[in-house]
Amino acid sequence: MFDRRLVQNFDWVLLLILLFIAGISILNLYSATYPIRNMGGVQIFHKQIYWYLMGFGVFFLMTTFNYYALERLAYPGYIACILLLAFVLVMGKVSSGSQRWLHLGPISFQPSEITKIAVVLALAKFFREKGDRRYYRLRDLWQPLLVVAVPALLIVKEPDLGGAMLLVAVSFSMVLFVRMYWKSLLILVGGILSVIPFIWVGLKSYQQQRILTFLRPDMDPLGAGYHINQSKIAIGSGLIWGKGFLQGTQTRLHFLPEQHTDFAFSVLAEEWGFVGSVVLLLLYLFLILWAINIAKNSKERFGSVMAVGLVAVVFWQVVINVGMVTGLLPVVGIPLVLFSYGGSSLITTMAAMGLLMNISMRRFMFQ
Amino acid sequence: MRPSNFDPISVDILNRQLKKVTIVVLIFFAGLIFRLWYLQIVNGWKYRAKSENNRIHLEDIPPLRGMIFDRDGRLLVDNRAGYDLCVIPEDVQDPEGLLNRLNELIGIDLDKAREIFRKGLHSFPFKTVPIKRNISRDELASIETHRFNLPGITILVRPQRHYLHNHLAVHVLGYLGEITEQQLASGKYPNNRGGDLVGKAGIEDEWQRFLNGIPGGEQVEVDAAGRKLNVISKKAAIPGADVYLTIDSKLQGEAEKALEGKRGAIVAMNPMDGEILAMASSPWFDPNIFVKGIDRQTWDAMVKGAGHPLQNRAVAGQYPPGSVFKIVVALGALQEKVLNPEEKLFCGGSYRLGNSVYRCWKRWGHGWIKLHRALVESCDVYFYQVGKELGIDNIARYARKLGLGARTGLDLPQEKPGLIPTRQWKLKRWGVPWQQGETLSAAIGQSYVLVTPVQMACLISAVFNGGRLFRPQLTKRIHVPGGDDIRDFHPVERWDLGIDNANLELVKQALIGAVNEPHGTGSKARLKDIVVAGKTGTAQVVSLTKTDHNGGQEDIPKALRDHAWFVAIAPASDPKIAVAVVIEHGGHGGSAAAPVAKEIISAYLDANE
Repeated sequence: MFDRRLVQNFDWVLLLILLFIAGISILNLYSATYPIRNMGGVQIFHKQIYWYLMGFGVFFLMTTFNYYALERLAYPGYIACILLLAFVLVMGKVSSGSQRWLHLGPISFQPSEITKIAVVLALAKFFREKGDRRYYRLRDLWQPLLVVAVPALLIVKEPDLGGAMLLVAVSFSMVLFVRMYWKSLLILVGGILSVIPFIWVGLKSYQQQRILTFLRPDMDPLGAGYHINQSKIAIGSGLIWGKGFLQGTQTRLHFLPEQHTDFAFSVLAEEWGFVGSVVLLLLYLFLILWAINIAKNSKERFGSVMAVGLVAVVFWQVVINVGMVTGLLPVVGIPLVLFSYGGSSLITTMAAMGLLMNISMRRFMFQ
Repeated sequence: MRPSNFDPISVDILNRQLKKVTIVVLIFFAGLIFRLWYLQIVNGWKYRAKSENNRIHLEDIPPLRGMIFDRDGRLLVDNRAGYDLCVIPEDVQDPEGLLNRLNELIGIDLDKAREIFRKGLHSFPFKTVPIKRNISRDELASIETHRFNLPGITILVRPQRHYLHNHLAVHVLGYLGEITEQQLASGKYPNNRGGDLVGKAGIEDEWQRFLNGIPGGEQVEVDAAGRKLNVISKKAAIPGADVYLTIDSKLQGEAEKALEGKRGAIVAMNPMDGEILAMASSPWFDPNIFVKGIDRQTWDAMVKGAGHPLQNRAVAGQYPPGSVFKIVVALGALQEKVLNPEEKLFCGGSYRLGNSVYRCWKRWGHGWIKLHRALVESCDVYFYQVGKELGIDNIARYARKLGLGARTGLDLPQEKPGLIPTRQWKLKRWGVPWQQGETLSAAIGQSYVLVTPVQMACLISAVFNGGRLFRPQLTKRIHVPGGDDIRDFHPVERWDLGIDNANLELVKQALIGAVNEPHGTGSKARLKDIVVAGKTGTAQVVSLTKTDHNGGQEDIPKALRDHAWFVAIAPASDPKIAVAVVIEHGGHGGSAAAPVAKEIISAYLDANE
């Protein structure tokens, strides 16, 4: 198992990028929790450091076995996640109004996070078996459709609109990657569009409110409209070089709500300006492009499709969160992956990065 | 080493697809970077200015509370401008200094202010918190002239409740007070937060959910001194609905004049539909004193003080009805055929039952009398006999038929049901069985029997309007300003008395006689051109068996004097107004209460020819 070539093929670049992002994240979190340091902020900061340490631990753990072994576990793992989602709906403690969390003693995690990985694995397995010459028609895709629809609906019920949307986006990306017939694609898009009214009716009123607020921000000046307003002010007021570390007035004076979670990026933008926010974005970009490279070098279908899926998970979270805090998208409650405060998301994302590292390290195993 | 399942063509496809993915990724990231450029470079200074010089505050817009009118649209309660001194904690650099300066200028509760400030700073530092509510115009002027020395303060203008005619109809209207924790927790006040004023009594309480309205809010840009620069967005408050009462404020004024200096209540009602024309209770108070906030001592004095001015005696005052109760006994006995109206019974001034002697108010008795005169002259001994024949449980049954012993259900909170005793009740309540002698006392409306003035007004209305017991109502309409009526009120008939018309007629004639015939006890209520019918009642406060008071109440100290009742209706053949009057410790019903009823009736009928 411990092959010297593994060490030779150790992907230092991937690790380095992750370390940079982690470093900036910790620094930013210190500033974001500084105003509430006497009211739990310090604990939050320390907690996140532990999460990061654990995260890197999981990262390395995920490289110790051959990722190909997961291929057999893909479907059972997926079923397990579905069961966890159902379980959390029924039993999960209600935390600030939504049933997303499972509490096992001191640890609490969100099954919806793990589900993302599970779906990626399941879809990767599915597409590996089908080969890659064909263009997929809609009727070929009924299984993937089901694989995605079931957890997506369970997640929406939690209610976590953002999480469900993310799952759909990631799956869609994977399907597009393995190519579809134009006509089938149009039918699929048409089908989704026609389902939207039904989904709209099924949304909770505050979720509907958020989307309406986004389209007409003056409609809800006291709720979600307020968040976006403050976020844009925070980001915009950073100018080129930012206000400086711990000097963000929006942050320090509590104007920015959720500043260590959903709006962590806004804190960075206020304190480090255009330069700082672009640097972080470029780090993410580099991470994603590097991961695409890993997919290219994989030489094996399961690995490359999986890599694309894992990339999509990171890509969409970045796009949705940054789009949201800059006012391009409605507020859907997606934190910034690897950056915002949150253990569940961090651990699962580090696990995903570990898998990427895994795929990268074992590319020599196939000729 | 496993064989790759990629052949050269597959590798080709893979690379092509990955290239497409790369392009999509680059496009999205370019978009994000462009957006950042737009926010931070293009509009950067605009946002920088906003974040440094300006603040965005969230402010509540309290809704305008609905107004209250009388039946003719005369305004009784509205809203005026009130000023709250508030502070924005985040903008205050030197809180201790500021609070001390404020204390010097207008006097504030320093400890309370410090606590409010600390709480505000902790939770919502950029939101206004009130330091002193309802400051006077003088205090306002004082603050305004020293504004520049008081950074971080702001004056909030709020609507303040105003009762135009001070104490007029105060027990009907009610008053406002700060919402309590229990009320907030109950879920019945969805549009209110801590610190709001809500109805605590009367109509203000009964229709709180319509009067309150729905608060709005605004996002406001303010500068460092707290001045409003710009309203970014606003959600308008929705004003409360207006309430139109059935009360005739002129008649109400007459009723309160008649109760001046006395304790008691008057209820005037339309006997044909239950609308209450006037409802007065004395002593009263001025609800405007609650509006500005009342200190503990004054409040305690009001609640616990002599006279209980907060109590609405018209619906919550429970008194023995005295002889007025004979109406119930008469109707019951007639209906049960226990009494023959033509039969003469003897009254010699007293009646013996077992070892006790029960007296008639007329010392030497009425002689042989029939029902008609027994009611006209209110003979006690006659009714002792009738009551004994009828039995307490039957008496109770007819009392309940006539609406006694239970709440009328009118649109006011805190109504009391009175009490109608039965054998079963006595056993349960006191653990001893009912004595026959108590039936005698009950038959003349003493003993355990308790009624409220509004119940009596309903009772006499039912007797004269053809036997229908209506629910009394105070509200005519609830109307959304500039919109529709939310509620429109119709007469509610609770039930039909189920008493034969012939029997009702007999009693009606007797009640007409009580006012208009010679020796009638209600002669002081007689009017020249209108036929008034009614019944007097003198309810014992203390049983004075030894002292023979022989009609002279003035010799007895006031606190021991009986309560005076008079229940009337006019015109007898086409009833337009029913009145119930009770004067505490007033003495005889005929002398103290009947003239009051006469005043009310004549005032009303004159004005409504």
